[in-house]
Amino acid sequence: MNAFSSLMDGFGTALTPVNLLWAAVGVFLGTAIGVLPGIGPAMAVALLLPVTYGLEPTGAFIMFAGIYYGAMFGGSTTSILLNTPGESAAVVAAMEGNPMAKSGRGAQALAAAAIGHFAGGMIGTILLVALAPKVADLAVDIGAPDYFAIMVLAFIAVTSVLGSSRIRGLASLLIGLTLGLVGLDQMTGQQRLTFGSLQLADGIDVVIVAVGLFAIGEALWVAAHLRRTSGRAIPVGRPWLGRQDVKRTWKSWLRGPLIGFPFGAIPAGGAEIPTFLSYVTEKRLSKHKDEWGKGAIEGVAGPESASSASAAGTLVSMLTLGLPTTAVAAVMLAAFQQYGIQPGPLLFERESELVWGLIASLFVGMVLLLALNLPLAPVWAKLLRIPRPYLYAGILFFAAVGAYAVGGEALDLVVLLIIGLIGFGMRRYGLPVLPAVIGVILGPNAEQQLRRALQISDGSVSGLVDTPFSVSVYAVVALIVLWPLLRKVARGLLNSRRNVTE
Amino acid sequence: MTTAEPTGPAEPTGPAEPTGPAAPTGPAEAVAPDGGPPTRRAWLREHSELGVCVMLLALGVIVLTDALTMDVALTQRGPIGPRTVPIAVGIGLLVVSVLLAVDVLRGGRGEAEGGEDIDLSEPADWRTVLLLSGVFLATAVLIEPVGFPVAGALLFWGAAYALGSRAVHRDPLIAAGLSLVTYAVFNNLLGVPLPGGPLMGVL
Repeated sequence: MNAFSSLMDGFGTALTPVNLLWAAVGVFLGTAIGVLPGIGPAMAVALLLPVTYGLEPTGAFIMFAGIYYGAMFGGSTTSILLNTPGESAAVVAAMEGNPMAKSGRGAQALAAAAIGHFAGGMIGTILLVALAPKVADLAVDIGAPDYFAIMVLAFIAVTSVLGSSRIRGLASLLIGLTLGLVGLDQMTGQQRLTFGSLQLADGIDVVIVAVGLFAIGEALWVAAHLRRTSGRAIPVGRPWLGRQDVKRTWKSWLRGPLIGFPFGAIPAGGAEIPTFLSYVTEKRLSKHKDEWGKGAIEGVAGPESASSASAAGTLVSMLTLGLPTTAVAAVMLAAFQQYGIQPGPLLFERESELVWGLIASLFVGMVLLLALNLPLAPVWAKLLRIPRPYLYAGILFFAAVGAYAVGGEALDLVVLLIIGLIGFGMRRYGLPVLPAVIGVILGPNAEQQLRRALQISDGSVSGLVDTPFSVSVYAVVALIVLWPLLRKVARGLLNSRRNVTE
Repeated sequence: MTTAEPTGPAEPTGPAEPTGPAAPTGPAEAVAPDGGPPTRRAWLREHSELGVCVMLLALGVIVLTDALTMDVALTQRGPIGPRTVPIAVGIGLLVVSVLLAVDVLRGGRGEAEGGEDIDLSEPADWRTVLLLSGVFLATAVLIEPVGFPVAGALLFWGAAYALGSRAVHRDPLIAAGLSLVTYAVFNNLLGVPLPGGPLMGVL
C-alpha cells in the first residue's frame, strides 16, 4: 500500500468524532500549556500520561501530538509578549518578536508566528508522510546489533550535543541508566538494586521518573528562585498581517522547514539549533537589515516555521527507528511502551492504523491550531496573568495525581518527591535533565538488545558490528565523540597553512 | 538531597581526589588569604558542586556492590548475565565522578538553569523548597486515610501558601474545587481510580 492511500485511511481514523475530540482537546491543552510560563511540552506530556490509562492508544497519541504542536504554537506567544522564553526553542522568537510587540506591532508578530508554525508544521508533516515509510522500509531488516547501535547513538548524541558540558551530560545519563536498572532483570529475573524491597522489584515506573524530573524538579527549582515581580505582558489585539508584511514573510515561512525538518530528525537537541540557524539565514537574506534587533518580521516568521517543522522531523526518527531526539519524543516513547507497542520499522506494518491515524491527525491539528490561535490570541495572552503560586501549586497537584494513578500506591509519591529533588539538584548544578530521561527509557531496552546480539554471536564482540547498518551508526557515534578534537585539528591545519602562505 | 547542605559532604572529596595538576591549586587558594576557617567555608561554598561528585561516587559504589554481591550461578543465560551492565554503569559513575571533580577544581561550573519565572540574582529560598517538600510528603501520608479529594485540596492549598499566596478565602475554595473536579474527571470520566476516602463515602 502506498503512503497516499494509507494516509487517506488515516484520515478515516482521525476524522471519527472521538478522535477529532481528542485532537481538539490536545491542541487546546497544548496551546494553554505553551502559553503558560514554566510548563514546557515535555512536562505537559509527562503530566498527562496518566490521563491516557483509560484511553485506547490511537486517541492517546492523537492527543499527545496535538499537545506537542500546540505547545509550539503557544510558546511563541509568551516569548513575543513577555520577552522571557521558557523553552529553548522559543528564545529566537523573542529576539525580534518582543521588539515588534513593544513598538505596537505585536499583532503582526503573533500572526507571523502562528502562520509560520502552520506552514512549518504542514510542510514538515508532508515530508514526514513522504519519508517515514521509506525509512521504515530501509530499516525493516535491522536486528538486535542495529537497535543497540541506534541506542548508543541516542545516548552519545544526547550527552554530547546538548548543554555546554559533556561530562555533566554523561553524569545525567548514568543517573538515568542507574534508575533504569532498578527492578528484576528482564532476562533472568535476578533482582537488581532492589535492596530486598518488593515495591522496588517492579522497577521505578518511567512515568514517575519523567514527572519527577520534569514537573516536581522544575516546580521546586522555580520555587527556590521565584521572581518576585513577574514581567508584565504587552497588551495586544487580534493578530493580522498587512499586504506588505506577507510580501516580506512568505519566503521565510517556506525556508524555515528546510532547516527545521532535518535537524528535528537527528539527535541534535530538537528545535534549538534550527531556529537559530533560520534566524541567521533570514538575517543574511533580508532586504531590511536596518530593522534587525528592532523588530524584523522575517526573524519571527522563519524560526517559528523551522521549529514546527523540526517537531515533524522528530516524529520521523521516533516512529521509524524508536529513536527519541527530544524530551517530548522520549516521553511519547515511554507512552508507547506503556501500551506494549515498540516504535520501530515494524510499527508501520503492525500498527498501521495507529500510525497513519496519528499522522493524519497532525494535519487536522494544524488547521485547528491556526483557527484557535489567530482569532483568540488576546484571550490566550490573558493566561500570562495567572498568579504564580497557583501555577506551581497546580503543577505539584497534577504531578501527584499522575504518580498516584500509575499504581495506586502512596509510596510512589515519596519516590516521586525524591526523584524531584534529584531533578532540583540537577538544575542547580547544570546537569541536563534529558539524558537522564533517555537513560531510564532506553536503558533497559538497550541492555536487552545488547545481550540478545551477543547471544546470537555467542559472546563475540564482533557480533555488535557485523551489519553495514550498525557500522555506519557507530561511525556517526565516533564522529560525534571526536568532533571537538577534529575541529581543533582542522583549525590547527588551517592556521599552519595560513602561516606557510604568508 | 545533595543540594540541601552542599558544603557538608563536599569536604572530604576536595583535597582527597586524585586530580593531578588541578588538585594543589584548590586547597592552596582557600588557605592562602588568611588561613582561617571562614575562607575554607567560602572555598567549599564556591566548590559546592563537589557534592554532586560525592553523590555520583556513592551511587557508583552502591551499584557496583549490588552487582558484585549478586548470586548469578544458576540464572546465567547467554554470554553476558545480569551483572555486566550494572558493573559497566557503576564503573562509569566512578569515572564520571572523578572527571567532574577535576573539572570543578579547575574552575568548571555547571550553569544553573534559567526560565521565565526564575530570578537567579537572589539567593535560593530554601524555606519554600522545604515547605513544599513537607506539604508533598504530608499528601503521600494522607491520601489513603482521608482520600484524594481532601488530600489533593490540602496539597494545592498548602503549596499555594508556601509559594506566597495569601488570599485567605480564595485559596481554599480554588483548592477544593480543583481537587473535586479532578477526582470526578479521573475516577468517573477517564476510568483512572483514585481513593475517595470517607468524604466520598458520605456524599
